[in-house]
Amino acid sequence: MNSVTQGKERDIREDIAWAQINRDVLASLEQPRATYWALFALAFCMFLVGVGCEWYQYNTGLGVSNMNNPDMWGLYIATFIFWIGMSHSGTLLSAILHIIHADWRKPIYRFAEAMTTFSLMTAGLFVAVHLGRVWQIYYALPYPNERWVWPNFQSPLLWDAMAIFTYLSSSILFLYVGAIPDFAICRDHATGWRKNFYTALSLGWMGTDRQWRNFRVAYLVIACFLIPLAVSVHSIVASDFAMSQQPGWHITSFPPYFVAGALYSGCAAIITLFIMLRHTFRFEEYMTMPILDKTARLTFAIAMVWTYLNLIEYATVWYGADEVAKETLLQRATGPYAVYWWSMNFLGSVVPFALIFKKIRANLTAMMILSLLLNLGMWLERWMIVTPTFSHGYYPWTWNHTFFPSLVQWGIVFGSFGWFGMLFMLFCKLVPSVSMYEVKEMVFHRKLARIEAREA
Amino acid sequence: MTIKRILGLFNDFEQASAALHELREANLPHLDWNDVTIKSPIEHPDVESVLGVRSIPVRNYTLAGAILGGSLGFLGIATAQGNFFSQLKGGKPIIPLPPDFVLTYEMLILGGVYITVLGFLICAGLPHRSKRDLYNAAVSEDQIGVMVKSNAHCIVEVRKILENHQALSIQEEVVL
Repeated sequence: MNSVTQGKERDIREDIAWAQINRDVLASLEQPRATYWALFALAFCMFLVGVGCEWYQYNTGLGVSNMNNPDMWGLYIATFIFWIGMSHSGTLLSAILHIIHADWRKPIYRFAEAMTTFSLMTAGLFVAVHLGRVWQIYYALPYPNERWVWPNFQSPLLWDAMAIFTYLSSSILFLYVGAIPDFAICRDHATGWRKNFYTALSLGWMGTDRQWRNFRVAYLVIACFLIPLAVSVHSIVASDFAMSQQPGWHITSFPPYFVAGALYSGCAAIITLFIMLRHTFRFEEYMTMPILDKTARLTFAIAMVWTYLNLIEYATVWYGADEVAKETLLQRATGPYAVYWWSMNFLGSVVPFALIFKKIRANLTAMMILSLLLNLGMWLERWMIVTPTFSHGYYPWTWNHTFFPSLVQWGIVFGSFGWFGMLFMLFCKLVPSVSMYEVKEMVFHRKLARIEAREA
Repeated sequence: MTIKRILGLFNDFEQASAALHELREANLPHLDWNDVTIKSPIEHPDVESVLGVRSIPVRNYTLAGAILGGSLGFLGIATAQGNFFSQLKGGKPIIPLPPDFVLTYEMLILGGVYITVLGFLICAGLPHRSKRDLYNAAVSEDQIGVMVKSNAHCIVEVRKILENHQALSIQEEVVL
């Protein structure tokens, strides 16, 4: 049957046999296209660059990053926020779309949730990298000792650690619980070491009504918990800035602005990975163009929310009574970082308008380029939050307009993309990146609804 | 009396549902309805409803987890802050409620999620050694299984009903 009926393209073909779904997805674990290995090798090389730079920084000292007073956060913290933001869309959108029964999420949510987990793991690395003396990271642990290291429960940094830990562990559980029925499918078809691996992961799932009943409720409940949790995580990251006294950061709209930015970059990343997996694992039947179209529309809507909040932020500073914050804003627009600041605004607010054209939304190459540009804009946004503010603070004698990150910083940031890519590709080779049982449900319910509609 | 288990596999939910309805109407003596199980590749509440109302206790775990997580979280943080009495607080409260609320909120969610997952595992009977139970890999692919546990006489009747509804295959095993 053609996927185009009555002039409207379907999200998925309704006549795909359930056994075919199993075969297609299981084949992705065994025989991906050669592109998979090329991407994995590229990610590994990028990761090696990052490891090399970190090795050099570890042996030489944090000075090689060019960070010094007042620019003591640099790319590390900007990229930390970027990765935290990237983690947002996966689990949050999966949970929201699950609750509102938007079944088009079903073929794409698994890899989006994996993206959340690996983004958070990448973000966590930057905290260690940023410390410089990484061998003394245990100083940060709040346990009473002779050094009298007491945790400050009033600090957003501590809330941050708690929120990120909660989000990471809950996202892993959400991802794992949602994949148990699929692990059982893998167990039933695997041989050799994979058989043992999936037998352990499936926990003996047999698809009984008792298991499905409790699974349904548990999965829904975790989804309900994850929505406020995801919002709180990025709001708390925003509090790291908004609760400080730095000019340009002390703004009430920072938390929603951060949450919107996080959703935006996450959606753009979902589009990038969607196109990559669709080709690499031959998922053309499941990661269909109508689903990409819906994701693109969602990205556009979120881009507009982000643009609105961005303008609100500028307006708050412009019309506020804080002259120093206003000067910092002007400095961003006209100073040494102006080219990055204007690029950020162009890529974040103007480029998404390309998504209103159906021809672009239907073109995979254009969508790939666009999603990468949107994420570049979002990464620049995080950098523009951190660096210009530090380089132009309250006191003129602390100004340093010549600060630019060193190659070591760029190398570690570059390497973090390799680390993420490597983990993600490894995940896709071990865990079905399309949820088999949920795609079966999607096909079954859509077919049923069509039959009922025809009978009515 | 020998206790046996029988598993019939069907092509679709309609056939499985019809077989279950007939089983129910047959009112077989010695057949405990709680020993009738459906095994399927996807969840299907409509067919499950033929089995009657069965409890989903995982919600109770969620409630307990959220309450425990929130209250123990707050108490833990407050206790730690109480130990900071020796620190100079500059006139600020020893147990400040607004920041503690943020952490309590996170702990509530953490407790809720962890205990929900624990509850799910307990209620769903996981981990489960699959060799202990009749199972067919076709269930994870595209077939619907109806499994009944009862005495040998009853299983003979159940087999007839499953065969009447064009079960694709029927497996039996002795439990006791």
